[in-house]
Amino acid sequence: MPAGTLYRGREGMWSWVAHRVTGVLIFFFLFAHVLDTALVRVSPEAYDNVIATYKVWFVNLMEYGLVAAILFHALNGLRVIAVDFWSKGTRYQRQMLWSVVGLWVLLMAGAFYPVLKHTLTTWFGK
Amino acid sequence: MSTETSPVELVSSSQPHTGKGLSADGVHVIEPPRARTPRTPRVTRGNFEMWAWLFMRLSGVVLVVLVLGHLVIQLVVDGGVSKISFAFVAGRWASPFWQGWDLLMLWLAMLHGSNGLRTVINDYAERANTRLWLKSLLLVATVFTVLLGTLVIFTFDPNI
Ligand code: HEM
Repeated sequence: MPAGTLYRGREGMWSWVAHRVTGVLIFFFLFAHVLDTALVRVSPEAYDNVIATYKVWFVNLMEYGLVAAILFHALNGLRVIAVDFWSKGTRYQRQMLWSVVGLWVLLMAGAFYPVLKHTLTTWFGK
Repeated sequence: MSTETSPVELVSSSQPHTGKGLSADGVHVIEPPRARTPRTPRVTRGNFEMWAWLFMRLSGVVLVVLVLGHLVIQLVVDGGVSKISFAFVAGRWASPFWQGWDLLMLWLAMLHGSNGLRTVINDYAERANTRLWLKSLLLVATVFTVLLGTLVIFTFDPNI
C-alpha cells in the first residue's frame, strides 16, 4: 500500500474512499458520455441508436447506479467544502456525514421510479 | 515569517556540523533556520496546488446546480430517458441558454474530474515514470474530450 493513502479513520475514512471511487467513476462515464453525444454530428440515426442502448433495462439500472454515485459525490462534496470553510465544520463533520447519507437515501428512493420508469413501464405496462 | 531575529543565538554542541555557528570569539552563532540569503530564490514554489484546491471547491458548488439540473431534465421530467432522441437535443440546443449550460458543465466537470484524477494518480503511482505516463494520457484524454464536446455544441446542425 503506497504510504499515506490509507489511514485508520472511522466514517471519515470511508466517506473519503467513497468520494474518491465515485469521482473516478463519474469521470470515466463523462468521457464515454461526451463521445456518445458527439454522434449528433454524425446523423440523427446514429445518435438515436446509441441512445437506444441507454433504454435497455440493465443500462437503465446502471444509470440508476450513476445517479447514486453522482448524488453521493455531490452531497459529500458539499460536506467537504463545509468542513474546509465553515468555522464549525470539523466539529460537525460526523453529523454532516449522516445527514448526507440520510438525504442520499431519500433522494435515491425518490429517483427510483422516475429514473427506472422506462424499464418498469416496458415490463409491467403503464 | 519575520526575518528579524536577534543576531546572536546559542548553538548546542551537537549542532555546529555546518561550522556556521562558530564565530571567532568562541560564541556560538547560527543563522535563523529559514533566514533568507541573497542566494535564496525569491519565489521558492508557486501556488498551483492552492489554486487547484480552491478550484475543486468552487467548481464543485457550481456543478451541483449544473449536474443535478441536467439529471432532473434528462432523467426525471417529461418521461425521463424515454423522451431522449435527436429531436429532443435539437430542441434544447436551439436555445443559447442551454448551449451555454452544457458548455459550462462540460468544461467545469472535465477540469474538475481531470484534476481529481491527477490527485489519485499522484497518490497511487509510485514510480516517477508511471506518474508521467498516466498524467500525459490524462491530459491528452481531457483536451480531446473538452475540444470534441465544445465543437459538437457549437457546430450542432438540426437539419443534418
Ligand atoms: C456535482 C457536484 C460536485 C461536487 C460538489 C464535487 C466536489 C468535490 C470536492 C470538494 C472534491 C475535493 C475533495 C478533496 O479535496 O478531498 C472533489 C474531488 C473529486 N471530484 Fe468532485 N464534485 C462534483 C462533481 C464531480 C464530477 C462531475 C466529477 C467527474 C467528472 C468529479 C470527480 C472528482 C474526482 C475524480 C475527485 C478527486 C477525488 C479524490 O482526490 O479523492 N466530481 N469533488
